[in-house]
Amino acid sequence: MQNLFFTSLLVLTGGSIISLIVQRDTKLSYVSSVFSMFGSLLALIFSIGALITQSTLTTTLPTSFPMFNISLHIDPLAAFFILIVSLIALPASLYGIVYMKQYAIEYNLGVFGFFYNIFLISLLLVITAHNALYFLFVWEIMSLSSLFLVIFENKKLQIIKSGFIYFIMTHAATAFILLSFLLLFQFTGSFDFETIKQHFASIPFVIQTIIFLCMIIGFGTKAGIVPFHIWLPWAHSAAPSHVSSLMSGVMIKIGIFMLFKMFLDILPQTPLWLGYVVLIIGAVSSILGVLYALSEHDIKRLLAYHSIENIGIILLGLGSGLIFIALKQPSLAMLAITAGLFHTLNHAVFKSLLFLGAGSVISQTHTRNIEEYGGLIKLMPYTAIFFLVGAVAISGLPPFNGFVSEWLTFQSLFSGIATSSILIKSIFIFGAACLTFTGGLAAACFVKAFGITFLARSRSIESEKATEVSPLLLISMGTLAVLCLTLGVFSFFVITNIQLIVKSLSLFASKTSSLSSTGISLQVNQNVAHLNMPVIFLVMAVFIALSFGLVYIVSRKQKVVLRTVWDCGFNALSPKMEITATGFSRTLILIFRGIFQPSKQHEIEYVDADIRYFSKSKTVTLGIVNIYEAYLYYPLHNGLSIISKQIRKIQSGNVNQYLLYIFILLLGLLIFARY
Amino acid sequence: MSLYSKILSVPLTLVPRKIINQQNDVTIVQKGIEKKIKKLFGGSLAIREVDTGSTNACEQELMALTNTYYDIERFGIHFVASPRHADMLMVTGPVSRNMAEALKKTYEATPDPKIVVAVGDDAIDGGIFKGSYAVLDGVHNVIPVNFQIPGDPPSAMTILSSLLYILNIIDDKSDQKKQ
Amino acid sequence: MSIFIIILKLILLPTLSPLCVGIVRKVKAYMQNRRGAGIFQPYYDLWKLFHKDEVIARDASWIFYLTPFLLFGLSILLPLGIPLLGSIESLSFFGDFIITIYLLATMTFFIALSGLDVGSAFGGFGSSREMTIAALTEGTLLFSFLPIALVTHTTNVILMATTASGLPFFNYLPFVIAFMGFFIALMAETGRIPFDNPSTHLELTMIHEAMILEYSGKRLALIEWANANKFIFFIILGVNLFFP
Repeated sequence: MQNLFFTSLLVLTGGSIISLIVQRDTKLSYVSSVFSMFGSLLALIFSIGALITQSTLTTTLPTSFPMFNISLHIDPLAAFFILIVSLIALPASLYGIVYMKQYAIEYNLGVFGFFYNIFLISLLLVITAHNALYFLFVWEIMSLSSLFLVIFENKKLQIIKSGFIYFIMTHAATAFILLSFLLLFQFTGSFDFETIKQHFASIPFVIQTIIFLCMIIGFGTKAGIVPFHIWLPWAHSAAPSHVSSLMSGVMIKIGIFMLFKMFLDILPQTPLWLGYVVLIIGAVSSILGVLYALSEHDIKRLLAYHSIENIGIILLGLGSGLIFIALKQPSLAMLAITAGLFHTLNHAVFKSLLFLGAGSVISQTHTRNIEEYGGLIKLMPYTAIFFLVGAVAISGLPPFNGFVSEWLTFQSLFSGIATSSILIKSIFIFGAACLTFTGGLAAACFVKAFGITFLARSRSIESEKATEVSPLLLISMGTLAVLCLTLGVFSFFVITNIQLIVKSLSLFASKTSSLSSTGISLQVNQNVAHLNMPVIFLVMAVFIALSFGLVYIVSRKQKVVLRTVWDCGFNALSPKMEITATGFSRTLILIFRGIFQPSKQHEIEYVDADIRYFSKSKTVTLGIVNIYEAYLYYPLHNGLSIISKQIRKIQSGNVNQYLLYIFILLLGLLIFARY
Repeated sequence: MSLYSKILSVPLTLVPRKIINQQNDVTIVQKGIEKKIKKLFGGSLAIREVDTGSTNACEQELMALTNTYYDIERFGIHFVASPRHADMLMVTGPVSRNMAEALKKTYEATPDPKIVVAVGDDAIDGGIFKGSYAVLDGVHNVIPVNFQIPGDPPSAMTILSSLLYILNIIDDKSDQKKQ
Repeated sequence: MSIFIIILKLILLPTLSPLCVGIVRKVKAYMQNRRGAGIFQPYYDLWKLFHKDEVIARDASWIFYLTPFLLFGLSILLPLGIPLLGSIESLSFFGDFIITIYLLATMTFFIALSGLDVGSAFGGFGSSREMTIAALTEGTLLFSFLPIALVTHTTNVILMATTASGLPFFNYLPFVIAFMGFFIALMAETGRIPFDNPSTHLELTMIHEAMILEYSGKRLALIEWANANKFIFFIILGVNLFFP
């Protein structure tokens, strides 16, 4: 079993080296993708095996550096996340075989393959790391390899800038993580997670608080919580599409994984306020993520903001779990954590599906702007169906998987509202309100995204020329779509297994969960609520078929005639007269104008500037303020610039001043040594 | 509260059916409509009015049909916004050249089975605009017409009783008012 | 017994829903001091629409063709999960209110897509307005059920109604407040004034009708019927749940 894991790592390493060797040969450019497919397949088989046997593997390889042991620890939680990684890496690599061909002329595909395989290796290793120094080492490899993947199209300036923001944010995150690990080392004397686990209770309360906060900031930045999320839209829209799907589906889950692992496994006595903080962060992330997604009309930035929203939903589950643990209600906590874990899996699946679909559309139309799409459902029918499955799943509509995980999150929040303290009740109510708004607004946003991209007529010449993409891309998208439906309908099976994973955490070793699945339905607390997904799916299908049948019987003699669109008799209805994405979401932006602060600027250029009768052209600019950038980052940036300008005065280039510094320092040292 | 008491206190001003039945003026063009279509539309009729450049007099009369005096809705007839939803097209105005294409498109956008009624002298043969270079002299030059209601404009009572006559019209063989 | 009740609900509710709409229109007519159409008028409308041909735009895709059936199927599926005759039911496999709300959201999602489908400007802005209102009323609807769910300790609507009828009287204050919220959500979801005017013929003021401007014949009949089903579903839900 262990051998399988190491074999997969070996295959991926081999893939990376080989892709460096066959650099410029475009015919063999798919080799690296084949190796990554094979490696991820092996990892998938390994993780399924590990989950079935519920075993824990631990290996430690001491190296010549003190305290830096390469220690692997694969417990069921890690196996679950390895499952998520390999489940998404498989279709993404399949997709990459064909998708990367469009870059073959200008860029070096060998380098891409090298970094891609290294990225996959680092993902697998980060999940299994059990020593803090080794963890930071592999974390850094993951950040750097993903950075090089993001800036792959390095001839475009905007992409380099996006990579730069990503680089800064991820290293700021690493700094916070490093700080928390160093504090842990100072107080427990070891970098090894096992030792930290045993000695955590002896750390003073203030230091514990600081460690928790640093971990939330550090891992949360990687996960993409508000307000540290600004790198996400830039990085995910700059990367090639299957890398975006990997990053959005998997890499931000690594941040979530570390939060789960730290707060539930390694540092188990989390205080109540931590649960509050995580819950509120989750609620705020989800609402702000979806609101900014509404205002976007770059399809990949839109999907990136939805990732922020779904991370918020996952954190809602984790936060309620932490609150329940602190309130000594482990059965409800198991429900909440199961909800969070299931939503992690679901989001990985449908977000990758959406990114792969967006990639297909972009590769055919060569633009990321939704306003230039339209009518693609006739030209790319299969892509449209798969994208629709992803859109319906992310909006949380039955019978797909998004609905089940949102249902579970709702149940855990409602159970929280039923507790007795007013403060806790109001925090849960806030969380539930944010979750309901998120669900509705996500549906609105995806009606816009799917509708304007695929429906009606083409809005630009490029999109009229689009054709269906190659079968390999369709297969990879199709598997994910089928997986969405299967995870939704057979959710009882998946939930049972996730419950086993949660039980394996030492916190819940001998407790029973509120959530149980009897037969094919999920039940919370015996009759508080239950959900029977297969029956619902069957019933929906039956009723729709029924309505078809009845109507056919009644009106089979009626004909259907095809004509043009009813345009009130006006002759020249052009695609420009269809609704645009900006117009679609304008109402919602105006409703939430407190957050967006939308602005409208008119510029008019006159034929004759003195006599302003006839205007040559008019421009209307609709703008939205990004409140984090305006109120958090720009002030911070300006403050740091001012401070650094002041400090620069110390380094004046004047030799006399440097001699003065040395003289003062010597004097100070002499006085200090005296005492 | 005063709203509800108003319902009880204001007297009903509806025109009773007896008076309507006596005042129709409709003429059948060509073969009128088949019997099963009359049966289909007897209970419910959706009308779309098309104004092809008229003096708006006929439109005012048509709008008056929905007020509380005539109340065309009690016969199951209502006006709709889209020709896709409509069963009957009431065309007014001599068809001006600019509206000819639009009228044809409206006709094509209405699903079968449908009825076309030309309302007013203008729509029948051009009326006071007959012979002008800007009009096409009557709806029947553009789309096939089933019924004509003469008058400039025909009063709302005439239109109402003609509509009822159209819907209840008995078979061509026994009662003909052919043009 | 349960099968009998399912079949009863399945047949009874779609049959009664046009009557419900007819009664509402009749009351509106009386308030305008005219007599209006009879209360059985919607039946005649539906019958006539089923016997008409359809005209469909060439640009429409399979979503346009499929949506009316989806809508109608879901709208006769919805009442299965709610208590119809007070507390007689014991069939509760379906009754979670969260799934009810999300099935309604599915219906709204697909009709908004079909409004965008044909590429006319009316359908587009109808979809935009509809999704704006639906996004905000979903939350209201969910939260209006919440006080009752907390009082009766269950999220299953049928069990809620059953348990609620056995509670002592002073527990009913949350019901009153929840009903006010539910009433607002009802007006918004079924498209009544002040959210939408179902009898308008000006496209500027349409929301729901703007999305169905392109439909004709049997598909239009299905959508109108599905709307009536949704209306009667909300009314029955409100009555059975909030007035036990």
